[in-house]
Amino acid sequence: MNTAKPILGGIKQFFIEIGELAYFAGRFFKELFKPPFELKELLRQCYNMGNRSLILVLVTGFIIGLVLTLQSRPTLIEFGAESWMPNMVGISIVRELGPVITALVCAGRIASGIGAELGSMRVTEQIDAMEVSGTNPFKYLVVTRILAATLMLPLLVIMGDAIALYGSALVENFKGEVSFQLYFNRVFDALDYRDLIPATVKSFFFGFAIGLVGCFKGYYSKKGTAGVGLAANTAVVFTSMLLFVIDFIAVFISDIFYDL
Amino acid sequence: MIQEKDSFKNTMADKSEVIIHIKDLYKSFGKNHVLNGFNMKLYKGENLVVMGKSGSGKSVMIKCLVGLIQPDSGYISVMGNEIKMMDRPTLDILRSEIGFLFQGSALYDSMTVRENLEFPMRRHKKKLGNISDTTPLVLEALESVGLVDAIDLMPEELSGGMKRRVALARTLILRPKIILYDEPTSGLDPITAKEIIELMRSIQKKYGTSSLIITHDVDCARVISERMILLVDGINYAQGTYDELVKSNDPKVEAFFKK
Repeated sequence: MNTAKPILGGIKQFFIEIGELAYFAGRFFKELFKPPFELKELLRQCYNMGNRSLILVLVTGFIIGLVLTLQSRPTLIEFGAESWMPNMVGISIVRELGPVITALVCAGRIASGIGAELGSMRVTEQIDAMEVSGTNPFKYLVVTRILAATLMLPLLVIMGDAIALYGSALVENFKGEVSFQLYFNRVFDALDYRDLIPATVKSFFFGFAIGLVGCFKGYYSKKGTAGVGLAANTAVVFTSMLLFVIDFIAVFISDIFYDL
Repeated sequence: MIQEKDSFKNTMADKSEVIIHIKDLYKSFGKNHVLNGFNMKLYKGENLVVMGKSGSGKSVMIKCLVGLIQPDSGYISVMGNEIKMMDRPTLDILRSEIGFLFQGSALYDSMTVRENLEFPMRRHKKKLGNISDTTPLVLEALESVGLVDAIDLMPEELSGGMKRRVALARTLILRPKIILYDEPTSGLDPITAKEIIELMRSIQKKYGTSSLIITHDVDCARVISERMILLVDGINYAQGTYDELVKSNDPKVEAFFKK
C-alpha cells in the first residue's frame, strides 16, 4: 500500500502535466493568429535556433553517416549485397535516422536552452516586467519560440540528412571505390515521395514538440535557481520521450497511407 | 490597531483625489492566507510606504494592483478603474500610467540598456505621440538617473546600483502617474541605497508622481514616507506617519522599529 501511493501520485502528476501541456498548446494556437505579430522576434529566434544548432547537427549527421556505412559494410559484403549500400543508407537516413537524431540533438540544444532562458526570466521577474509594460509575454516569448523551432527543424533535418549521406559516400568512396556521382545517383533512385513527405511532415511536429515543451517547462518554472536547472533538465527528458511517441505515431500513420 | 491621525501635514499629497483604492483584499496560496482583508488608499502626489516582514504579502498586494496576480476577493481600483472588470487591452493602457520597479530590477538580459528602455514604448507609441525617434526620450530618462553613458551596455556589465537606476529609468519612460516600488533598496549597500532613495525623491519632485513603496528597510521608510502602513497577518495593522508609528507602544509595531 505504501509503495503504491507514490506510484499512483506520480501517474496522477504525469497526467496533470499532459493536460497542462495540452492547454498550453491550445493557448499557442489561440495567440498565434491574434495581432500584434512579433515578426522581428520570430526572425531573431529562427536565426538563433538555426544558426546555433547547425554545427552540432552537421557534426552529428556526418558521424552517423560515416559510422552507419562502416558498420553495415561487412554484413552487406558477406551477403554479396554491397551495391545496395546507398539504397539502404539513403532510405534509413531520410526516413528515420536523420529526423530522429537531428530532433534529439535539438532537444538537447534548443529545448534545454528555451527552458533555462524562460525559467531564468520567470525567476528574475523579467516576464512580469514584460507583462506590466503592456507586452503579452506569451506572444512575445512563447509563440515566437515555438514557431521558430517548428520552422527551423525541417531545415536542420534536411542539412543533417545531406551531410550524413555525404559521410556515407565518403566511406564508400574510400573503401568501395564508388564515385560520389554514382553513390548519390543510387541514393536518389532509391528514394521516392513516400520517404520524403512523411519525414518532412514529422520534422515539423518534432520542431513543434521541442519548442512547446521547452517553453512550457521554462514559462512555468518554479521560483529559485534550482527551478531553472530543473526546467532545462525536464525539458530535455520530456521532449525526448515525446519525440519517440510522435515518431511511432508518424510511422504508424505513414504505414496506413503509403503501405511502407 | 493604530489608526492615522492627521498624516497629511507638510506633504504634497492631495487628499481629495484617491489614486489607488484597495478594499477587503483577500489572497491565499493553498492553506497560506497571505492577505486577509487588506485596505489601503493612495492619494495623488503622496509617498505611501507599506512595511511588513518578509513573506507578509507586500509583494503579493502590489502585484494584485497591476493584475499580475488575481486576488481571491476584494476591490482594487487604480485611477478610478476597477482592475477586475478590465479586459487585457484596457488594462495594458492603464498599466502605461503605472511604473513598476521590481525588487531585482528585472532588466531584460538579452537587451542593451537602450533596448530595455525602448521596450515599453513599443506598445504605447500613441501615448508618446507616435514618435519615430525614441532616442531623446531614452536619453532624458537615463539623464534623470545619471546613467547616460551606460546606454549601450548590457545588464551584465552593470553593478547592482546601476541596474536599479536603469530599471528606474525604464519605469519613467512612459511618464507614469504612479510608481510602485517593490523593495527598492534591497540587496544594495547603504550608500547606494541612500542614492536610490534620493533619486526616488527627486523623481517625485520632478514628475509629480504618486508613489507606493513596499519595503522592510526602516531607514528607507523614514526618509521617503509621508504616511506608512504596517502590514501584519495580512491586514493593515497600523498606519500613520513615521513619527507616529515609531512612538507606538504596541509590541507588534515596536518590533519593526527596534534596532
